[in-house]
Amino acid sequence: MSLYWNEPAETMDREKLVDLQTKRFQSLIETVYQKQPFYRNKMQEIGIMPQDISSLEDVSKLPFVIKQDMRDNYPYGMFAVSPKEIVRIHASSGTTGQPTVVGYTKRDIGVWSEIMARSFSAAGVDSSDYIQISYGYGLFTGGLGAHYGAELLGASVIPSSSGNTARQVLLMKDFGTTVLSCTPSYALYIGEKMQEMGIDIEKLPLKAGVFGAEPCSEEMRKRIEEVLKIKAYDIYGLSEIIGPGVACECSAQDGMHINEDHFYPEIINPETGEVLPEGSRGELVITTLTKEGVPMVRYRTRDITVLSRKPCSCGRTLVKMQKVLGRTDDMLIIRGVNVFPSQIENVLVSISDTTPNYQLIVDRINNLDKLTVVVELDDNMFSDEVRKVEQMERSIKSKLHDALNIGVDVRLVNFNTIERSEGKAKRVIDNRKI
Amino acid sequence: MIIQQVSVFAENKPGKLLDILSVLNENKVNMLALSVADTSDFGIIRMIVDDAEKVRDVFKNNGFTAKLTPVLAVKVSNEPGILFQFIKKISDANINIEYTYAFAEPCTKEQRVVLKVDDVVAAQKIVSNE
Repeated sequence: MSLYWNEPAETMDREKLVDLQTKRFQSLIETVYQKQPFYRNKMQEIGIMPQDISSLEDVSKLPFVIKQDMRDNYPYGMFAVSPKEIVRIHASSGTTGQPTVVGYTKRDIGVWSEIMARSFSAAGVDSSDYIQISYGYGLFTGGLGAHYGAELLGASVIPSSSGNTARQVLLMKDFGTTVLSCTPSYALYIGEKMQEMGIDIEKLPLKAGVFGAEPCSEEMRKRIEEVLKIKAYDIYGLSEIIGPGVACECSAQDGMHINEDHFYPEIINPETGEVLPEGSRGELVITTLTKEGVPMVRYRTRDITVLSRKPCSCGRTLVKMQKVLGRTDDMLIIRGVNVFPSQIENVLVSISDTTPNYQLIVDRINNLDKLTVVVELDDNMFSDEVRKVEQMERSIKSKLHDALNIGVDVRLVNFNTIERSEGKAKRVIDNRKI
Repeated sequence: MIIQQVSVFAENKPGKLLDILSVLNENKVNMLALSVADTSDFGIIRMIVDDAEKVRDVFKNNGFTAKLTPVLAVKVSNEPGILFQFIKKISDANINIEYTYAFAEPCTKEQRVVLKVDDVVAAQKIVSNE
């Protein structure tokens, strides 16, 4: 039996839900048209007025929003309310050193907490649980998002943040953690640390985990469940929409229910933008139905998935999305951090003045993602002096660290070492089995 | 005298030096001097050859990162203290020496010491004022 946090919302019948979504959509469009020059201009360009949106089918008339729009309007251009109403700001890393910035009103934080509380409830968590949150706290939405949801739920929250794994394990043991919330790769890493420290997982009360912020294959879930002796639940979200909690798994552990009363999902053909019928594989597009701070109308997530409305054994009527099956852009998620090859390219250009050939190799070693940047040394970078080449290697490393916020290994290779296909180097080799 | 040295990059992997030597062999390049500087990740192979420009191009065409560097090659007679005197003059002029190695000129059988300095023209002047 799965617990509901908000039974009326989570089990609402289809007709009522469509009605609610339509009303919320209309009022959203009305609001952004009035308060947001970005949307008003876009709508005027194609000659659509708010009153032209009378049903959910009309949604497809509206233009998409992409990540670049957020960058172009950095930092506050996408905000739809006055600074007085904003109570929190989060940001995610960007390709040009410009992060994408999102702001939340008090009500937005309330909605976010609510959907996170729903997510924990769907994983069988309640107010008697001890939830250890080992997502990073800070600008990243993972930590605080899970924190507020767990608090709303009434659970005992252990805000351990990420890092210092031995301490995480000790907290888990001494505080009697029953639920762990972090990235799936970090969960595995904690599990292995535990074994290494000789702690008998069977004796710990840990029973469930809610894991997100990076892709997790079925195979990886099984490994987490084995190593930590828990049930592992997938959670989906992105900071542009709200953060974690956009969708979450239930006891069926077969796809994530999208909180449709707050988010309107569509699946599109990423090439043509055409809306695809239920059951098609395509790019997930989300409209935030209730967001005030930074409302998003038809935001292209770049995540590829499939939606299904087949009845779920948990009783929720909310549509289910499959695990993310891929991306329509070249974004990589490494240790929960978004990395675009273009960020790396920018760093290399700044060092060499030209674009050296490079390749990104992603491995998962001891359950932690490792990014190696292989760089072909060009004439500008090469020197007959070891000291200078080493200096250059170090400078690439530290600039990449600054740009990406994650540690990177750099390997220098000879010109023409990286395999070319049709003259172009294959940029990314992802050896992770996800 | 100032001569052009060929510097070639080599990853620190088995067979890399062999690859470099086989390029030289296939192109019938005669090597007068060879010096290897290495770290745990990579090495830099430096060499003195007859036609440095051609050899650099040969390396580039074979997929190596290679470049020419002007270095000072000083003739040293085979007696104690000669190199000391050269180096002292360069040091007194506050010119930094990055690295050095030695080789023998095959025809004349003269010893030469290669000096990579931060100001090769100034160092040459000091040494040739002899």
